[in-house]
Amino acid sequence: MKLIYEKSQPGRRSSFVPTHDLPAVEVPEELRRAEPPRLPEVHELELIRHFTELSTRNFGIDNGFYPLGSCTMKYNPRINERLVGLPGFANLHPLQEEDGAQGALELMWRLQEILAEVTGLHAVSLQPAAGSQGELTGLMLVRAYFEDRGESEQRRKVVIPDTAHGTNPASVTMAGYEVTPVKTDARGNIDVDDLRVKVDGHTACLMLTNPSTLGLFDENIEEIAKIFHGAGALMYYDGANLNAVCGISRPGDMGFDIVHINLHKTFSQPHGGGGPGGGPIAVREMLEPFLPVPAVVREDDGTFGLDYDRPNSIGKVRGFTGPFGVFVRSYAFIRMFGPRLREMSEVAVLNANYMLARLKDAYELPYDRLCMHEFVLSARNLKREHGATALDVAKRLMDYGFHPPTVYFPLVVPEALMIEPTETEAKETLDAFCDAMLEIAREAAEQPELLKDAPHHRPVQRLNEVRAAKQPVVKYGFADHPHLEPTAREPVVAEAPKGV
Amino acid sequence: MTENRVTQHPYLALTDDDREEMLRTIGVSSIAELFGDIPAGVHFDRELDLEPALSEQELSAHLTELASRNVDTTREVSFLGAGIYDHYVPGVVDAVLQRGEFLTAYTPYQPEMSQGVLQAIFEYQTAICELTGMDVSNASGYDGTTVTADACFVAKHATGRSKIVITEATNPQVRQVVKTYAVGFGLEVVEVPHRDGTTDPEDVRRAAEDAAAVIFQQPNVFGCLEPAPELAAAANDAGALSIAHVDPLSLGVLEAPGKYGCAIALGEGQAAGNFPAYGGPHYGFLAARQDYIRRMPGRIVGETVDTAGKRGYVLTLQTREQHIRREKATSNITTNQTLLALGGLTYLTWLGPQGIREVGEACLALGAYAKQQLAERAGLEVLFADRTTFKECAVRVGRNARDVVKAARERGVHPGYAIGRDYAGMDDVLLVAVTEKRTPAEIDRLADVLAEVAHA
Repeated sequence: MKLIYEKSQPGRRSSFVPTHDLPAVEVPEELRRAEPPRLPEVHELELIRHFTELSTRNFGIDNGFYPLGSCTMKYNPRINERLVGLPGFANLHPLQEEDGAQGALELMWRLQEILAEVTGLHAVSLQPAAGSQGELTGLMLVRAYFEDRGESEQRRKVVIPDTAHGTNPASVTMAGYEVTPVKTDARGNIDVDDLRVKVDGHTACLMLTNPSTLGLFDENIEEIAKIFHGAGALMYYDGANLNAVCGISRPGDMGFDIVHINLHKTFSQPHGGGGPGGGPIAVREMLEPFLPVPAVVREDDGTFGLDYDRPNSIGKVRGFTGPFGVFVRSYAFIRMFGPRLREMSEVAVLNANYMLARLKDAYELPYDRLCMHEFVLSARNLKREHGATALDVAKRLMDYGFHPPTVYFPLVVPEALMIEPTETEAKETLDAFCDAMLEIAREAAEQPELLKDAPHHRPVQRLNEVRAAKQPVVKYGFADHPHLEPTAREPVVAEAPKGV
Repeated sequence: MTENRVTQHPYLALTDDDREEMLRTIGVSSIAELFGDIPAGVHFDRELDLEPALSEQELSAHLTELASRNVDTTREVSFLGAGIYDHYVPGVVDAVLQRGEFLTAYTPYQPEMSQGVLQAIFEYQTAICELTGMDVSNASGYDGTTVTADACFVAKHATGRSKIVITEATNPQVRQVVKTYAVGFGLEVVEVPHRDGTTDPEDVRRAAEDAAAVIFQQPNVFGCLEPAPELAAAANDAGALSIAHVDPLSLGVLEAPGKYGCAIALGEGQAAGNFPAYGGPHYGFLAARQDYIRRMPGRIVGETVDTAGKRGYVLTLQTREQHIRREKATSNITTNQTLLALGGLTYLTWLGPQGIREVGEACLALGAYAKQQLAERAGLEVLFADRTTFKECAVRVGRNARDVVKAARERGVHPGYAIGRDYAGMDDVLLVAVTEKRTPAEIDRLADVLAEVAHA
């Protein structure tokens, strides 16, 4: 398919900018643009056809089942799109005076209250723009807390299990801390013995996803909390898997002091092919003074306002008060459930366990337990017996009309297939996917080339990722655009995490 | 079985029969049994204290009522800017962003399923490189503030230095976010004051010694055009990365930062294709010279071929990223602002090269008209009057600007941002933003209202 730039014809345009009978203003020559940007020149129908055609080469939850583990690809209700587009939300300027933004402030305050209740914590800041920014913000709070206590110099280490999302260690570096890795035990829990020798007066905090990226609830969570709090350290909860436990178990009650919530996972903000997201953080009372400014507060007279007067605040981590449109959608989603958020989590867990029960004989199950909202299988048996990898399984699933699960993650499971159905899928869909997975396991034995050559019906076949990285072409080159020649068959796709 | 399941929830599919059958397949007798791994001590033993579930109809009424208590730019004539602008967003943007195939997809980890969004991001990266004159753009960052902090991380590692210089005439929110991030990065932040509305290149030259980066905004927070080529040169001469924070809609009329030697160009994308939306979600863009391609934060899409030789697109240079490099990654970013960036691409395609020049010219002409009317018709002092401004200007209103805002709003006009919160000695200063959506008649009305409520 052509790029929009390849459809461009000089003289065509879609826009019509109003003109006024005003004198032109000259920009000083040294600051004036010399060459116009080569933006596309197309008329409006061409524009719509181009992006419509692109959309047909994409796959969303609206198109079909999308069990991408740890990403919680659930239904994104359409009413939320209508609501977020209301002029009172879409056209509201973030610097509007507080008395002209009462509806927006109230919505944010209500969302904060809800998230505090769901997480079992005291105070919430909605400002972080995504989960990983929530992590970084949380670590900044940890630092501010220990600085306030005069322990900042000694507490430099953040404990992270080997099952963690890559964002955790990356955030640790950005926050100026050091990673202390901790192992996973034979049941898929944190290795508590390993933990005991690694947590001491130099530890700032733990970062943990619970249930973990293995889809398992850590059975020793109370003991873990004792170890950290006993050493004077804090506990950070990566909320990527909160969809498993809403109304069932709360991070605050597990002992966590800071939680980020992925609004684009648990609370249905559509992920837009990569974003936006939302990463609010909830904290225990002693951390509230350090939260980002401004805080959204309810005043004594019942009106809502922005409080900048927080002298101990870490500052701002993003512009204004956060991605407001995300808050509208997530608030709307939650209000459609109310206390029935518990049922949401129950069904998510039921769906996952049902699929696990159907698939665990055909694929290896590294930890033989009931799962939470997702589970991790290994295609190691297919690789060993037939040479088919997790990647091959993923690509073959496309031929059956499904988006693949997350693969090669978590890193502790070789040939990992991480499957998360969410609560919004029907049993027939789960069955169809399981049937396909079982069929693929048979194909691996009988016709492995079906897996190796997959996908067969997508707009492109497997793409040469190695060459893309070695000889990067990251923008259109117009007249000088390179023409890439086909390469001989070779392993072109890295067996690296795809998902999360 | 869930006890309080009154009616079948519209977002859930499982019937009672489904649930029974699935539990049988699993080999347990109740849903509660599935949660047996959760220690009793951390079981939540009551119902969540939330208001009861709403029907869609009730939800719609509730949110419509909340929205009605906001005074948006369709309800009062607004001259608010200071980073977020009331530009026109064409209908084609809504049409593209509402395609479920884009809206409801995750990050394109599996390229065969995601050619649509991958190609769109490649086209977006091209548009950003064209606007900024740079070689490589990422697929977007959270907003104009966080991409600036990201660039500081690039500069730290590219230079091995630990000082960031930022002009005081850079948007205060950008400076605040840079300072927040700088603590963890181990960076010191030094601000260079402005002189009569713009930054003196000699001041930058002195500050830039041993600096990892020099960050300036063009046009700056007061709308004034900085001597950007000289600021960039001062940074480059000191071996610091020159970083321009630019308004994308100025780049039809203002020179591209790549053409005057900047290492990195970045900014807030909202003006190009996103609604103000009370501050987000929007997109931040970040583009750099080729030298920094392997230090870039965030996702990047690259072109390649498939096994049959057909052109296609993939996420590339992933060894920079957190899911591969973990604590050694160039950034922790995973979720970005792809959909908003797609809105940006759609808008820039709609504008085309002529349109972006015309929008820029309209902002210049209407802005100059506003300055003239504010001075002549309203009798106000326009600050930094001899500077060329783009889209925004600062005026003294003779008394506390927040009181002036209040009085003007009672007359149906929001006259701009009271900037005294951010700059000492400016309690009586309003920052007035004029986009192509404003008309001369609306500007006349602003001047009349200010003549009435301001005391010059």
